[in-house]
Amino acid sequence: MTETEVEKKTKKVYGEVYIDRERCKGCSFCVEFCPAHCLELDKAYNSKGYHPPVLARPDDCNGCDLCGLYCPDFSIFAVMLKAKKNGRGVS
Amino acid sequence: MHADPSGVLTGQHYLDGNHAACEGALAAGCRFAAGYPITPSTEIVERAAARFPFMGGMFIQMEDEIAASIAIQGAVWAGKKAMTVTSGPGFSLMMEHIGLAAITETPCVFFNVQRGGPSTGLPTLPGQADMMQARWGSHGDYEIIALSPQSPQECFNIAIDAFNLAEQWRVPVLVMMDECVGHMTERVIIPKAETIAVTERRWTKKKPSDYKPFEAGPDLVPDMAKAGDGYHLFVTGLTHDERGYPVMNWQAQEKLVHRLVNKIRLSTEKIIRFEEEDIEGADVVVVSYGITARVARRGAELARQKGVKVGMLRLVVVWPFPEKRILELASKVQALVVPEMNYGQMVLEVERAAHGKTNVVCVPHGGGEVHDPEVIAEAIIRAAKQRS
Amino acid sequence: MANEAENPVNPYLRMDRMPSIWCPGCGIGTSVNCFARAITQSKVDVKKLSIVSGIGCTGRVSGYLNFDSFHTTHGRPIAFATGLKLANPELHVVVYSGEGDLIAIGGNHFIHAARRNVDILVVCVNNFVYGMTGGQVSPTSPSPASFTTAPYGQFEEPFNLPYLADSCGAVYVARWTTFHVRQIAKSMRDAFGKKGFRFIEIVAPCPTLYQRRNRLGDGLDAMRYYKEKSVIKNGAETKSLRIDFQSEITVGTFVDRERPTFLEAMNDRFQKALGNKYVPYPLGPNHELKSQPRAQASA
Repeated sequence: MTETEVEKKTKKVYGEVYIDRERCKGCSFCVEFCPAHCLELDKAYNSKGYHPPVLARPDDCNGCDLCGLYCPDFSIFAVMLKAKKNGRGVS
Repeated sequence: MHADPSGVLTGQHYLDGNHAACEGALAAGCRFAAGYPITPSTEIVERAAARFPFMGGMFIQMEDEIAASIAIQGAVWAGKKAMTVTSGPGFSLMMEHIGLAAITETPCVFFNVQRGGPSTGLPTLPGQADMMQARWGSHGDYEIIALSPQSPQECFNIAIDAFNLAEQWRVPVLVMMDECVGHMTERVIIPKAETIAVTERRWTKKKPSDYKPFEAGPDLVPDMAKAGDGYHLFVTGLTHDERGYPVMNWQAQEKLVHRLVNKIRLSTEKIIRFEEEDIEGADVVVVSYGITARVARRGAELARQKGVKVGMLRLVVVWPFPEKRILELASKVQALVVPEMNYGQMVLEVERAAHGKTNVVCVPHGGGEVHDPEVIAEAIIRAAKQRS
Repeated sequence: MANEAENPVNPYLRMDRMPSIWCPGCGIGTSVNCFARAITQSKVDVKKLSIVSGIGCTGRVSGYLNFDSFHTTHGRPIAFATGLKLANPELHVVVYSGEGDLIAIGGNHFIHAARRNVDILVVCVNNFVYGMTGGQVSPTSPSPASFTTAPYGQFEEPFNLPYLADSCGAVYVARWTTFHVRQIAKSMRDAFGKKGFRFIEIVAPCPTLYQRRNRLGDGLDAMRYYKEKSVIKNGAETKSLRIDFQSEITVGTFVDRERPTFLEAMNDRFQKALGNKYVPYPLGPNHELKSQPRAQASA
């Protein structure tokens, strides 16, 4: 088994991230301080011209919600989900 | 609604105006007082410090008048009736917060026991030179109600009126006393609680989802709520809409300020109060207020002895000003004589209201003591002789 | 990702007023987020929660929070909060304002409320500048940073806010930066469980006026500076907590003590003086807690 496969098999929690693209002001706090580095600024922008984040590496997210805590505009938050045996998790 | 008996010191007393004012506040249901010591008003808060703890009330001496004038507004939004007390220099410091109370429509009472000014002036001696400041002292367009007692008994009665008017019109109310009335001791009769009418706060009957804190009814006065009841209040000094949310454009300004001003202006006839004596057939009418009214009465007597037909109009509510009545009188009399303990303040209103229809005579006094009744008498006699 | 779920802090916000006026990269919103988390975690009765703020960017916080919000005059939220709390001790009263509002024009009210130990929580967002009015110098501005009213560089000594609060008698004093989100939320939670005058300073970026004018980058750059240069020293002497221009920032919980609140002291005195004739004034929540100093808070 590769390292990644071991990780995936033993991972206990997943995260789901919700982003309000229109409320975001593109400050990048979430991208910077995500411990798993799974967020990136979108190349596309919202109607105000800001680049909101996207969850570029969803499998790396564990739902710690640090992005949610940092966000000055309440436009992102994460939910921690318990892993199921197959596929994604339940809360 | 009648007064809460626990706050009513029923009986016949020998009190000075300051002490009587405090008792009036208690009778009206005031249970929060914040103040800062300043001569000649300090006795009001000293009595409050002694009496309020017994009524479940709270008195706190704040660190300055600016703090006192806003602490009372916090207390009002927590649900209490509240007052502060000051004199000239403190009154000037409180101006910003009188404006805040006006735009947030916070019912509260300010007692100003006027002294000689300007600046530190004559702390222990009377004046009446804050009358225009009472009306215009804060920045912006707004309306207040101001009353002027002429005796310790009236200090008691008018204190109750002040709280009632504040609740009825959701406006800051100013009680413009002076050092003379504040420090003179006279008989004060405090009646039984059940005979004292007290206006309760206009608590909203609406549920939080329907209630808008600045949505007014036909009398232009919104109903009120308090913190802690789930109303998600939003109270701001910024120009705001009916929800209390700030809106920074001329339309919101027009809507809000227009209503705030009309709230009092369109109901002036309901709010004004004055007393008249010997108006019928008078050649000269003396317009006065506060302690000067008592001195003017003597002056009028002396003038009558010299054959002049003199009437008296005593302003009890000074702001809003009874323009209509003054205009009526101006059409009938030869002169309106206005003695006041300043260099001409309310006389400007009398002149304005008279529309040039009669002579308006100012009898000024720098303050420090009351007028000599002879001086007022002479002014009346001179005014009577002059052909307009 | 899916957008159907609602941000758990939404019920605490006046959603009809979003987005906020705060600039991209401003730290105020972050502090409010921490505040929202702290409220949920400490199970405060939000019906009884009143937010009082003054004038300035941080002063706008009361307008975005969906509690009883009072946006008062410049410098005076603490005096208003004193009246609010003393008139109804059942209320949880939080003053949320900026350092210019609370410490410059509001300085007098700050020191007296701390002295009296009025039972309020004061959250002071310190961004070293008067942001709302365009970037003027403030009582915490470090030398030689540049401001519109100090165009050749600030030369005055800045206030050390935890030292000031400590010396005036505050019972809880902490400082964090907006990088320290979990610590801010914990401090606020701890503060909710205490009574008396509690003070939390939150160092935050002002990207538009402080950062930009002083060529310090944007809000993110400020956050990186906080991450790099902050040192956590719980229990440190408040005298040693000065912040100079781009210097080390000492953060932590510095003071956590107990002393009688204003109302406790009042009741105590009146009872001694008046005996049975005095009916004690209600004290409000947290007063049933035993007066035990908490163990030193950890990061």
